[in-house]
Amino acid sequence: MGKTIIEKIIKNNTGIDAKPGDIVTVNVDRVMIHDIFIPFVASKFEEMGFKKLWDPDKVVLIYDHLVPASQVDDTRHFKVGNEFAEKYGMKNVHRSDGICHQLMTEALYVKPGNIVFGTDSHTTTYGCVGAFSSGIGYTEMASILGTGTMWVKVPETIKVSITGKLPDNVMAKDIILKLIGDLGADGATYKALEFTGDTVENMTVASRMSMSNMAIEAGAKCALFTPDEKTAEYCEIELDDKQKDLVGDADAVYCREICYKAEDFVPVMACPSNVDHVEPVKDIEGKEIDQVFIGSCTNGRLEDLMAAASILKGKHVASFVKLIVTPASRKIYRQADENGTLKILADAGAMITHPSCGLCCGRTGGILTDGEVVVATNNRNFLGRMGTSKVEIYLASPKTAAACAIAGKIVTPQ
Amino acid sequence: MDKFSGKIWVLGDDIDTDIIIPTEYLALKTVDDMKPYAFSPLRPELAGQISEGDIIVAGKNFGCGSSREQAPEIIKALGIKCVIAKSFARIFFRNSFNNGLLLIENEDLHDVVSEGDNITVHVNNYIEHQEKKYPIAELPQNLVDIVNAGGLVKAMRKLNGLD
Repeated sequence: MGKTIIEKIIKNNTGIDAKPGDIVTVNVDRVMIHDIFIPFVASKFEEMGFKKLWDPDKVVLIYDHLVPASQVDDTRHFKVGNEFAEKYGMKNVHRSDGICHQLMTEALYVKPGNIVFGTDSHTTTYGCVGAFSSGIGYTEMASILGTGTMWVKVPETIKVSITGKLPDNVMAKDIILKLIGDLGADGATYKALEFTGDTVENMTVASRMSMSNMAIEAGAKCALFTPDEKTAEYCEIELDDKQKDLVGDADAVYCREICYKAEDFVPVMACPSNVDHVEPVKDIEGKEIDQVFIGSCTNGRLEDLMAAASILKGKHVASFVKLIVTPASRKIYRQADENGTLKILADAGAMITHPSCGLCCGRTGGILTDGEVVVATNNRNFLGRMGTSKVEIYLASPKTAAACAIAGKIVTPQ
Repeated sequence: MDKFSGKIWVLGDDIDTDIIIPTEYLALKTVDDMKPYAFSPLRPELAGQISEGDIIVAGKNFGCGSSREQAPEIIKALGIKCVIAKSFARIFFRNSFNNGLLLIENEDLHDVVSEGDNITVHVNNYIEHQEKKYPIAELPQNLVDIVNAGGLVKAMRKLNGLD
């Protein structure tokens, strides 16, 4: 019988022909810890009685949620992180290079077919290069640091096929929001998503990343794309036979199959305050807004900033709108500077911030208050995510967000 | 832990981890410091009303959202004995058992109970509410092993020959 991508990755890792529902112990290829949770990981690790990391080179520590510190106590996280890295011989530490999920693939830590865990729910992102990656808590992270292993229940797979050419002004973000709306916030819980079809084959790795990033918003354990030549170029490798074979077999068993025609997609938004509350932008046009945020591990990449710039070029944001742009990494910041994107955005009235999680996690850089409305390109619109619980958060693509910033209200990008 | 009774608090569907504990309080030093802010975006008064031994009954997808382990830790620190929901998000599910917070899935109970009711939980067997029984599934063995060890930290201490 054929296998899904996740079944192949687990077979390659463990040698076991496991089927959905089986519980197997996998060997972890790489882990990521971010600044918010490093103090908790460090104390659990020592409480567990471990004396050394299973493999210091496989551990990556990234400061992003709290960078630069906006509260005095944030600095404790950096201090604890630095001490932990020093004590256990970790070299892979990023202190201000960008958002963890951007850096894990951009800085070449994750390869197709790898099994990766991170202390952040959006760790599903690395499925964009065909890696099985998923979020865990800090106690489990501490146990992996000591053992290098983790138990997983082999998930069932939902296959999502998308074929055809996307309309202008529809981005990968619109596809994943539509899918989450159709599946519901728990529609893929405990399950793997597998994307296929010529629409995703024609996508950039960056666009695939926006989709795998948000898979968790439907509850998914991971979201997988078949590695191809674009993946190989992005990861700076040649694909080996096992990596080339990470495609769902024709006779693999899926628990559900969903097919979309690319031509049917329209710009959409996730409306307050659930990510699966998805509506076509044209149905909510006219609502006045106070702020726009373009950034995050979902949509802070170069192509996202360039898409926003294509809408904002030669125009200016509405006088009462604050437009905040946060590149996902230092590399992206530099590229956007060198190719003139940042100038277009700044000329249009954008505030451009340092690379970090920024406003996405509501800690810094533009938090809002009761009654305010924000259009944002990140991945969550939960109550209280970006300020008080009476802020209305609409999630959209970078093009839609840019169009809204100019209009001062919700509009469809033209 | 075979059988226990408690007063219930009823919450809806998709109770996310930002509701259980908003990001702005995550950098507080201890779970006890964070505890008063539990559920504050939704019901700011709730954390102060919960007593030791109470039970939460919720709808589907409880604990969706971020990987913050403070979510189950805070629920446990508030004295909640277990959470019964139609379904749980996967990271929250793992985090809860790793910290010794019992979770039970049941499709029907949420639709019939009212806040303040008393229920009795017979672990791995059924829940009793107003003389009606609601069957519950047995937990997988690997989770039972973690719970029996007293959580993942204690299981690892044993592995390292400390306890």
